[in-house]
Amino acid sequence: MSLAKRIIPCLDVDNGRVVKGVKFIDIRDAGDPVEVARRYDREGADEITFLDITATHDNRDTIVHVVEQVASEVFIPLTVGGGIRTLDDIRRMLNAGADKVGINSAAVFNPEFVSEAAQRFGSQCIVVAIDAKKVSTTGEADRWEIFTHGGRKATGIDAIAWAEKMVSYGAGEILLTSMDRDGTREGFDLLLTRAISEAVSVPVIASGGVGNLDHLAEGVITGKADAVLAASIFHFAEYTIQQAKQHMASRGIEMRL
Amino acid sequence: MSTVAVIDYGMGNLHSIAKALQHAAPDVDVQIVTDAEHILRANRVVFPGVGAMRDCMQALNQSGLSDVIREVAKTKPLLGICLGMQALLSDSEENGLTLGLDIFSGHVVRFAEDLSDSEGNKLKIPHMGWNQVQQRAHPLWDKIPQDSRFYFVHSYYAKPNDSAVIAATTNYPDAFACALSQDNVFAVQFHPEKSQTVGLQLLNNFLHWDGQS
Repeated sequence: MSLAKRIIPCLDVDNGRVVKGVKFIDIRDAGDPVEVARRYDREGADEITFLDITATHDNRDTIVHVVEQVASEVFIPLTVGGGIRTLDDIRRMLNAGADKVGINSAAVFNPEFVSEAAQRFGSQCIVVAIDAKKVSTTGEADRWEIFTHGGRKATGIDAIAWAEKMVSYGAGEILLTSMDRDGTREGFDLLLTRAISEAVSVPVIASGGVGNLDHLAEGVITGKADAVLAASIFHFAEYTIQQAKQHMASRGIEMRL
Repeated sequence: MSTVAVIDYGMGNLHSIAKALQHAAPDVDVQIVTDAEHILRANRVVFPGVGAMRDCMQALNQSGLSDVIREVAKTKPLLGICLGMQALLSDSEENGLTLGLDIFSGHVVRFAEDLSDSEGNKLKIPHMGWNQVQQRAHPLWDKIPQDSRFYFVHSYYAKPNDSAVIAATTNYPDAFACALSQDNVFAVQFHPEKSQTVGLQLLNNFLHWDGQS
């Protein structure tokens, strides 16, 4: 009897619609976010994450309305990421009903923003999203750097050191995405996940690359993740959340069934 | 129509808890309130809270709500949630030592660093996610199966001096008090408003509770 590992379906939302890009290109429409969130809640999702990828500032209010609507009928933790740059952005999301916000690029450009946010709203609602890519070559010791702009811009910052720094600045959780694996359906980068999870004291959510249910289980068993995040395998109804949980439980992982 | 007051003292987002209360019992008038008059007039009171203990107590003491909550604790059903539970203890080691409302005699302490589970995996702080709750008999657990999972997120936990006030425990890795009860006061470390079906059931039970254990 202990704490369950979590399954977190992620909804990439663009202008109020759920979409999922493959390596951030080729976006496919996957439906109404409120409808999808309802389904995930019924299927036993442990949390739901919304990633707002709306490009234009004018349309960013749509995500607030989505969160408001979902929060009034879905009573599990909700996280919103994408475009969170100011304390006011955070306040708006929390007031709309989000429980946590994901901070990504803004943390890279201004790390102090993470400590200000944690002091103001509490570490429990500050998730720092880290997009990492392997930069070591064959034969070298494994090394990952963080990338911004959807994986296009290198920063030269070591991913493990960055994760440790973000925790010391007040991050309550790390959402770790492998940019090498995102959208590939080849499974999580387990070495990266394990390295980060073992380096930090806070929970780590593994993300990027899930193509089947064994990938989810491996993220926990080998990657030592506290939670696993996936999008496309759930959106297109290949698997239900419940199937995923049953499968992970059958691999000996503690789950909320 | 019975009323429930959700105390707003500037610590965190109260919309989640208000929405969940409304969903759990549509026949109840849910009010988010800041002043003593509304709190004292309501049939039941919810005392929520997220964030740090020192900020919480400062806000309560400056607004005079500390005394109002002490008064409520003597007179009508009161539900403390998360930091709203911790604030009911005598003191907390968060932010140095912070004095609480002392409705439950005892301390709030931090989880030890380098905890590990039975397989040797490091346990993360905060304790975050769905964990099992071992209930002791109380009307607020009505229709909630033993060992149900509730959603937690916290780094500190309550250690009451009198174990008779423990209404439930959770293991992380050792058993800690995740719910306390004393007469008309009930308090939980987890978030019922984020614990789906079982959480809504607990809120529903509270909204129909007469304050007798």
